[in-house]
Amino acid sequence: MTGRRLPGDTARMDLSFSKEDEAYRQEVRAWLRKNLPKRETDAEGGELTLDDPRRIANAKAWQRKMYDAGYVATGWPEEYGGHGASILRQSILNEELVLAKAPTLIGMMGIQMLGPTLIRTGTDEQRKRFLPKILTAEELWCQGYSEPGSGSDLASLKTRAELDGDFFVVNGQKVWTSTAQFADWMFCLVRTDPSAPKHKGISYLLIDMKSPGITVRPLVQMTGQAGFNEVFFDNVRVPRKNLVGNLNEGWIVANSTLSFERNMLASTTRTQQLMSDLVRLAGRRTRNGGKALKDPVVRQRLAELEIQVEAMKFHSWKQLSDGIHGRSPGIGASINKLVTTELNHAICAAALDVLGGYGGLAKGAPHVEDRGVWPIDWMFTLGMIIGGGTSQIQKNIIAERGLGMPRSA
Amino acid sequence: MDFGLTDDQRLLAEAARQFLAGESTPQAVRRIAEDPQGFSPELNRRIAEQGWPGLLIPEAYGGLGLGILDAAVILTELGRALTPAPFLSSGVLATTLFLSAATAAQRRAWLPRLASGEVTATVAWLEDSERFDPAGIKLPARKARSDQIRLSGAKLFVLDAQVADVLIVAVRSKRGVGPDGVSLLLVPRDTPNLELTPLPTIDRTRRAYEVRFDDVAVPRSHLLGGEGKAWKHLARMFDVACVAIAAESQGGAERALEMAVEYAKVREQFGRAIGSFQAVKHMAAESFADIEPSRSLLWYAAWAQQAIPKDASRAASMAKARLGDVYSRVANRAVQMHGGIGFTWEHDIHFWFKRAKVNELSFGTPTWHRERVAQLSGW
Repeated sequence: MTGRRLPGDTARMDLSFSKEDEAYRQEVRAWLRKNLPKRETDAEGGELTLDDPRRIANAKAWQRKMYDAGYVATGWPEEYGGHGASILRQSILNEELVLAKAPTLIGMMGIQMLGPTLIRTGTDEQRKRFLPKILTAEELWCQGYSEPGSGSDLASLKTRAELDGDFFVVNGQKVWTSTAQFADWMFCLVRTDPSAPKHKGISYLLIDMKSPGITVRPLVQMTGQAGFNEVFFDNVRVPRKNLVGNLNEGWIVANSTLSFERNMLASTTRTQQLMSDLVRLAGRRTRNGGKALKDPVVRQRLAELEIQVEAMKFHSWKQLSDGIHGRSPGIGASINKLVTTELNHAICAAALDVLGGYGGLAKGAPHVEDRGVWPIDWMFTLGMIIGGGTSQIQKNIIAERGLGMPRSA
Repeated sequence: MDFGLTDDQRLLAEAARQFLAGESTPQAVRRIAEDPQGFSPELNRRIAEQGWPGLLIPEAYGGLGLGILDAAVILTELGRALTPAPFLSSGVLATTLFLSAATAAQRRAWLPRLASGEVTATVAWLEDSERFDPAGIKLPARKARSDQIRLSGAKLFVLDAQVADVLIVAVRSKRGVGPDGVSLLLVPRDTPNLELTPLPTIDRTRRAYEVRFDDVAVPRSHLLGGEGKAWKHLARMFDVACVAIAAESQGGAERALEMAVEYAKVREQFGRAIGSFQAVKHMAAESFADIEPSRSLLWYAAWAQQAIPKDASRAASMAKARLGDVYSRVANRAVQMHGGIGFTWEHDIHFWFKRAKVNELSFGTPTWHRERVAQLSGW
């Protein structure tokens, strides 16, 4: 192909936003600046624990406020309480929330995971009953997927649901259930046909957490937070109308939810923020009598991270553009999850290196830096590498679906 | 917001890939690599017919009038095919200097012939220090007569000098170590007392030379642009060179992974394809997870050269550092995925493996560029 070009074609790569989109960004930014809640802290100046009633009340109020301002679930169709916002507008909003360090919405499970599932696969009755309260945080949702015997091999799950007239009777156990200790409802994968091949005997049920027979036991993470739970089901009765999709077709319903989760976990804006926090830290700390940020070895390590962070930033722009212009995402979600979670952990590890002996100090200790957040984030980011599909599972997916390599025996 | 290649650029890439699949097969590449001269006049002629030598040259001079991102698209395909051809040295680096530094008369005299492929050029700028800053340019330009300059000294790592008709030589018109006083001289390769000595590297798909000047006489009219004011052109060329090498490395990494995955799907051990073993799958997946974001980084860096001048140098260094590491790692894994035969001369993968390393080491190593990124980030 020679000589057939329009002048200016080479400049078609366009990183600008329309005037309207820019105006939207400024509007969001201004609103956040005015309305961001004050951080409520405990006696040592640290974050309130996840199940502290004050935190839950504040978080619900914050989501309500965001909802009233039109900033919750903007991508949902208008008929279900969203704004039909474009992928671009949703991205702009997400970016501004991260930049402003706004608290994550307490109703995120419902907004990002269950809500879109009900919109796509639920009945009108289910949508009417559940969607409005997801939006206002009046009802909070948790995800009942993993079990002690079914983590990476989720389809092997055993929590049993047997039909008894108009009710399912549920027996079994879920694990790693984040927020179960204060959630009102659970969307849950259960075994409804033990005789079928494992992917074909699963159903997707909505379970009221106040049902008799449910016991929630917090699990403490290595960070010291009771960030997730075990949930036990002892003859729990669930109305048949709480089935989402068809009987024994829950795996298909769940797979769409899982891909939302992978995107949720991988936010490049958060990674950029961690990186800039790291640079600021290195600028404050010293090494061998000078600023850590001037040390050549520190610079090498930080520059390597910075380059990878920037690469992921440009890659997210490419994926955003693909989404806007209808191009296939391919295996992008798995690559994002794999790369971003490991990058976040590596950034925290670099921060601990910069801190040296101070890096191990816990929240509340004398001389602690940044309220002891770095060692905690270093641990938490390792949890993020494991959760939502381990790095090893992501690599299997990338190899099999991205490169067409054969399944392992 | 549209971050990516235009439809035209996608078509350019497809056409280039098809052309090279026919003209620059692994067998052809191997033949040229094993040839003492290291180039094929026939292949270079066919490439010129594609218009690529004139890719960056304005249409008014017979070129295609395209930009650095378009050049990166072609370079990615050339890197994928490992084509031994002077596109990087002449079509990109020397051309960039011409476009940046040449007077109007020099543009009229040279650009059309460069665009048609009638003339090939290369750049001689590095010396034994291999410094990329102005202090690396020491070769003195001695004023012999009012109309003549004489050169005595040497330049290293001059790419494709054996096919170049003319060399653009970076010299010092005024003593000093700073940017002030650096000049560019056009020196035809057949000028008396100019001697080329091959610098064989482990990568036989691209040839580099030492060029010695033994009191070589050059007319003053051969100064490219203003005397003593040429550093800024070289600095810009350096950023473009970083992007160009990174683009080759992106294509090479993609091809190396493809070859390894293809092999892993058919090679059987223990009664099954080795590609079904997780260890092998994970090596492939890690390579893939490296090369997808690196492509986006490359596109940004290429586009930034013309569209975001403030970020051009930083972006160029990011791309050079990252692609240097990515291609080397991907090629290393690719050799290992081939097992024993990956280590042989007879199998093709070693050619990509060696280009990966030489690309990593040329125009600044990843370590060197990371420090530059730190500086340009204001740290």
